[in-house]
Amino acid sequence: MHYFPLTNDERQEMLDTIGVENFGQILQAIPSKLKNPTLDIPPHLSEIEINRLLGDLAAKNLHCKNRSSFLGAGAYDHFSPSIVNEIISRNEFYTAYTPYQAEASQGTLQAIFEYQSLICELTGMDVSNGSHYDGATALAEAALLSLTKTQRSKILIARSIHPDYRRVVQTYVERPGHEIVEIPFLADGNLDNEFLKKHLTSDVASVIIASPNFLGLVEDLEGLAAEVHQNGSLFILVSNPLSHGFYKTPAELGADISCGEGQPLGIPMSYGGPWLGFFATKRELVRQIPGRLVGLTKDSQGKRAFCLTLQAREQHIRREKAASNICTNQALCALAACVYMAAMGKAGIRQVAELNIENAMYLRREIAKLKGFKVLTTGPIFNEFTVICPKPVSEINHKLLDQKIIGGYGLHKKYPELQNGMVICATETKTKEELDQFVQALKACAL
Amino acid sequence: MMKTNASLGLQSTDDRLIFEKSKAGKLGASLPARKFSDLNLAKEIPSKFQRAQDAKMPEVSEPEIVRHYVNLSKKNFSIDTHFYPLGSCTMKYNPKINEKVARWDGFAAVHPYQPEHEIQGFLQIFYELSRYLCEIAGMDEFTLQPSAGAQGEMCGLMLARAYHQSLGNHKKTKVIVPDSSHGTNPATAALAGFAVIQTPSNSRGRTDLKALKELVNDETACLMLTNPNTLGLFEDEILEIGEMVHKNGALLYYDGANLNPLLGIARPGDMGFDIVHINLHKTFSTPHGGGGPGAGPVGVKKKLIPFLPSPFLNKGKEGFFWDYDRPQSIGKLKSFYGNVGMLLRAYVYIRTLGLEGLKQVSKDAILNANYLRKKLEGVLQIPFPEFCMHEFVATVRNYKSKHIHASDVGKRLLDYGIHAPTVHFPLVVEDALMIEPTETESKEVLDKLVEALKAIVKEIEQDPQIVLTAPHTMPVKRPDEVQAARKPILSWRDFEIERSSSAKAS
Repeated sequence: MHYFPLTNDERQEMLDTIGVENFGQILQAIPSKLKNPTLDIPPHLSEIEINRLLGDLAAKNLHCKNRSSFLGAGAYDHFSPSIVNEIISRNEFYTAYTPYQAEASQGTLQAIFEYQSLICELTGMDVSNGSHYDGATALAEAALLSLTKTQRSKILIARSIHPDYRRVVQTYVERPGHEIVEIPFLADGNLDNEFLKKHLTSDVASVIIASPNFLGLVEDLEGLAAEVHQNGSLFILVSNPLSHGFYKTPAELGADISCGEGQPLGIPMSYGGPWLGFFATKRELVRQIPGRLVGLTKDSQGKRAFCLTLQAREQHIRREKAASNICTNQALCALAACVYMAAMGKAGIRQVAELNIENAMYLRREIAKLKGFKVLTTGPIFNEFTVICPKPVSEINHKLLDQKIIGGYGLHKKYPELQNGMVICATETKTKEELDQFVQALKACAL
Repeated sequence: MMKTNASLGLQSTDDRLIFEKSKAGKLGASLPARKFSDLNLAKEIPSKFQRAQDAKMPEVSEPEIVRHYVNLSKKNFSIDTHFYPLGSCTMKYNPKINEKVARWDGFAAVHPYQPEHEIQGFLQIFYELSRYLCEIAGMDEFTLQPSAGAQGEMCGLMLARAYHQSLGNHKKTKVIVPDSSHGTNPATAALAGFAVIQTPSNSRGRTDLKALKELVNDETACLMLTNPNTLGLFEDEILEIGEMVHKNGALLYYDGANLNPLLGIARPGDMGFDIVHINLHKTFSTPHGGGGPGAGPVGVKKKLIPFLPSPFLNKGKEGFFWDYDRPQSIGKLKSFYGNVGMLLRAYVYIRTLGLEGLKQVSKDAILNANYLRKKLEGVLQIPFPEFCMHEFVATVRNYKSKHIHASDVGKRLLDYGIHAPTVHFPLVVEDALMIEPTETESKEVLDKLVEALKAIVKEIEQDPQIVLTAPHTMPVKRPDEVQAARKPILSWRDFEIERSSSAKAS
């Protein structure tokens, strides 16, 4: 078989060197009743057969390249310049190990340092780590950090945060003694500030808000950070990093921790992963940050060099006293995001943000004209908004699919109060024709 | 002034950051123009929502960006260019067909909220992969959700907690880990809310049964083991250990970091393990990516199935579907269903190798390790000179008088074109070099490692300074890690602040 370099002659020669007559003798420490189990695994396939098998399986999946998709809700079909995939396909990047041996990993280390730097510029925050598993786990780690840092027990989290993120936070945080309180949203999708103020008590470790929120709305967060800080709590802001090409940065909004999903930064949707969670903080939290950090230093000759740093927080040194059990980052996804941000550059990052905003605003305006459809989120948006449809979303989506359109996200399961609610997404990839076709198709569905 | 240097040839000395190559006005990507001229964003969206200044992203052209990152890649060791005898990390070849398939639109362009009937191809792959992992590990069910080994461990310990709680067993607050365990084991146990207790190894490098017996009681929730252990030795009393743990109502947890020698050879499930996590980026060939993404599926015995993360993949009359109705589930660990791209690669790997190929993986991995161990016997001290599984531990503790430590030997190996072994681990052996060759290395490559280590031993005896100051052929010498931690410079902005403040000071 083609992945094995040893020849049979060499195998025999090696057994001779080891001093055994047959391979089985090497396994003498394994109790015999455990040895040689029967496994039901199919026989090997040639590459031609693999191509056919996987080609057939791939053909069973619909996707945004053979359908026109308006589905967002946490995963986005964005343009990724060709150079992103080209660079992450460099063997020296994708087949490298974690950069523990700094001298033999300067490529990966510098790339992660640049990723950290670019995230800091985009979010305005002081420090970024080398990335987390995804947006939801980044948020969960942020919530844990707030509990440890403040030695308090309660988390206030907006109901308008991605429902699966809330579920993950719950998995990570829920313990006897910990409490998670949901901040409701108002009829127009905005955060219920009165509720928040009333529940901002001395046991609150952090306030977690998303902007744009799950319904697509960019929240008005002026003055909020000051109130949260006055209460001694941390302010954690979840956001779409691309939105900060135009919208206020987490730093400008006074966030202590800025986190979220990095998938919009040039990473394919791939049915949910691998992606990366970005995680950036104010300077004073640097020693509590979970996950990898790369620092710039000098080598013994005074030359610029990069290395993993502040490792005293990490599991392989601290064992049970570590800040987190996390061992790795999503290095290759961070590299993709790094190349994406470098390619966009100063003008491109604003341009791509504006293209998203204008497509979504145009689409919202056109759908608002349709009979039976009501726009719920009328405030500022990035690339998503919520409409209340005249019929159940699953029914509409079914009809849309006949016209080769993948419709928006149906809110009824996670938000029973928003029956027939649909989150619709239009990224920069959509042409005016596609947007108009979608509007026409929606119109037909309502009949 | 640009410095010029006539001795560079293929070497690059460029260590500038992408920010330092920026010039105002350059573009790195081609984007469409705005198309709705009647939408004046600055006017329609109140300014209090807008960022005050453009992000200070670099301005670099596409050809310059490509050269920048391609040249960076050349400063890395990688499997496709170098041998990594890196213990417990299983740095095997990453098949290219896996990479190709994962990038097909039918996989890469699928949205995670598309309804099940649109993505049956994907779900069939997950379903079959779970079945294969069950067969290989001897478990009853698998979840593919965890993003990495560490998250798999966390999932596993949450399962243990939920299981004990469902039985009303609130006393079970302690997790036992061996002193030879990976650092993640105790870190995860602590994160999952357990007290961590360490159990010692015996003189044969295995779990000390007597000592363990003293520690296991009705407060024990779980014993975490890897088998073979981090010394590369099979825990030959595993059945007795399992019995002791189970008798106390505790669970046995398998850290799958060292699964590579067991494919078709022996199964954790048969050994008595109740929970297993598997690192797909080790045994199942998905690339390490310079530190992720990985994937850490978790397998369980029947009694733990109700607690597995939500959603749970099921098969019904109309095909595969996600089952969210899991009242006893520990919850969700990830935004969506897992690091799907990695699952796909592992699936292709298993289908490519088939049953016979998988067995060959473990046989050659074990053969390569034992061959190396034997060849190194006269070169380095081998504290446990017996048959090993896929890896073994050597030590350089005998060179203490020369101030040589394991990490120095590792760094010197880089000069010989071989990645360092795992150094200073496991902690039970002082100055350990943990060596795992994997099955995808040839005999010539193994012999090259033996020759390199012989040469380094000679250097230690004759000129230890060359080893102490190694490496000498890498793009940089040893970085000053103390300085990096004392005054962390973690971004370009930090660097600029530091530079301007030191300019002021002078």
